[in-house]
Amino acid sequence: MEQVIANGLYLGAQYALIALGLTLIFALMNVLNFAHGQMYVLGGFITYTLYGQLGLPFVVALLASGVTLAIIGALMEKFLFRTVIRRSHREESTMLLAAATAFFFDAVILLLFGEKQRGVPKIVKGVFNDAGIIMPYDRMVVGVLAIAFIAAFVLYMQYSRVGRAMRALAQDRVAAQLMGVRVDRYSMIGFAMGAMLAGVVGGLLVTITGVNSGIGGPISIKAFLMVMIGGAGVVGGAIAGGFILGMMESVGLTVLREYGDVTYLVIFAALMVFLSVRPNGLMGKPWG
Amino acid sequence: MTLNRTMKIAAVVAFLAIVFVVVPAAISSSGRFDLYYTLTSVALLSIASAGVWLTFYIGRINIGQGAYALMGGYVSAILVMNHGWSFWLTLPVAGLFCAAASVLIGLPILRLRGVYFAMVTLVLTEVARLLALALPITNGAKGIVSIPLPGALSIFGLTIIPDFATLQNSRLAFYLLAVTLMVVCFAVMYRLVNSRIGKLCQSLQQNEELASSIGVNIAYLRVIAYAVSSFFGGVSGAIFAAISQSIYPSSFTVTDSVNFMLNCFLGGLGYVFGPMLGTLVLYFGWDLLFQTGRFQLLIYSGLMIVLMLVLPNGLLSLAEMTRKKG
Repeated sequence: MEQVIANGLYLGAQYALIALGLTLIFALMNVLNFAHGQMYVLGGFITYTLYGQLGLPFVVALLASGVTLAIIGALMEKFLFRTVIRRSHREESTMLLAAATAFFFDAVILLLFGEKQRGVPKIVKGVFNDAGIIMPYDRMVVGVLAIAFIAAFVLYMQYSRVGRAMRALAQDRVAAQLMGVRVDRYSMIGFAMGAMLAGVVGGLLVTITGVNSGIGGPISIKAFLMVMIGGAGVVGGAIAGGFILGMMESVGLTVLREYGDVTYLVIFAALMVFLSVRPNGLMGKPWG
Repeated sequence: MTLNRTMKIAAVVAFLAIVFVVVPAAISSSGRFDLYYTLTSVALLSIASAGVWLTFYIGRINIGQGAYALMGGYVSAILVMNHGWSFWLTLPVAGLFCAAASVLIGLPILRLRGVYFAMVTLVLTEVARLLALALPITNGAKGIVSIPLPGALSIFGLTIIPDFATLQNSRLAFYLLAVTLMVVCFAVMYRLVNSRIGKLCQSLQQNEELASSIGVNIAYLRVIAYAVSSFFGGVSGAIFAAISQSIYPSSFTVTDSVNFMLNCFLGGLGYVFGPMLGTLVLYFGWDLLFQTGRFQLLIYSGLMIVLMLVLPNGLLSLAEMTRKKG
């Protein structure tokens, strides 16, 4: 039982970090970033190349993942999404763009890094084994780092000038503009931060699960699930959604071990029932 | 549309002549019989995309059409294989089954809007795949294989459609079947959109509360639109199962669902015939780029991004732009 909870917390921490990036982009731009999973994979491969191949320190590799993805995110916002949002009649059109960028990243990743499953050496060796819980130390490090990143993100959004501007933007774009917030600039920063979070999680998790070019899509779907559980566009919701999904997976995989994929079927079914009762998730804003 | 009546009729006649006479003639003279399969796929995919377009018309982003296509394929395959039904009977049954299922699913989830609806339907596609893997009747990951070709269809002793297995060229038969259904489907869509119900649907797209406040039964309308949409998905999935003579849980996946949606976007959400054009362009574009080998996906997605930047309102908005300028 303790083991199940520990696994759930570990999964939840990393999931919440993935969902945070997605929900940030959604809150600021009303864009559902289909390419989020691909960004995660890209971050994973960058860390793999720098830390696994070139032998640079893990921190440097993780930093490089975050910075690269932040730049990519900023460029995407400036040159792709901003243009399309301005020109299109219907804001759903950004979904086509997001899906196309997801395909594009898939292609780039496949060309650059191949289709093989890649892993890196462990960052910390050894296994924690006490009080009925077995957990490798590197997982604990990653879990703690993920929680630290989440805390830093929340504090940044709450107390920094940029964070305040972005929260204003998420609440009411027009009002924020009237108050003198530079909407374009903070949209770009927000998109960059969302992409950066995806890259950082990718870099963190490559040390445990490894990475391959095909997992982008499934990661995106999981991120969508978490955002739906918590409510789209709300930071607290994304964190809650991440931990809830992590727990459900951990419990489900233990209880329904013999049935394999049935766990996800149960989770999906439960989610649909939940959403029909609470259409905006746990704490989401109503969306028209 | 500013086209007058005679021009419209001429356009329809020209279109029918092209798909039923010119294309088969061109293919048989050039000997490229593989094109039949491509065009059949385009026709079937555009039927499913038309369904997605209809849900766009009521202001919902539908990424769940793959689920209904899969469901339709399995319903048809199981009825043919386990119960010995004729394919022609299973075709409407598959469609109706999907429509009924979509009413049950749609009643709760159509209350959702925007990204919530989009994400739930995306999850629905995954649910369908996992169900197909888990249920005993669908034969799990092995799928249902060697489904017989459609048999003869006769009414009052008069054979309307011959047995596909006895035909020399079953590809042509499938092509004609798919194209006929596509024409019927888009005729229905055109009629629907230009009817009273179509106008009401448009009011849903613009503002549901406002529509509701002047007495439009929004809950009923959106379920009807979703059911029609799923009917199209089921029919197209059933024919796909018959053509490939097999169906697997992976026959229609999230990628297919996303593609159905992309077809609509590319053609243009404001135009009934958008999904048809979008499917044609996307499918043929993908096929043509096959020669570029490993750069296929890169070029394809790159072009899609460029197209989106230049024509964010779909290909058919091009015609409108030139008309405005000229």
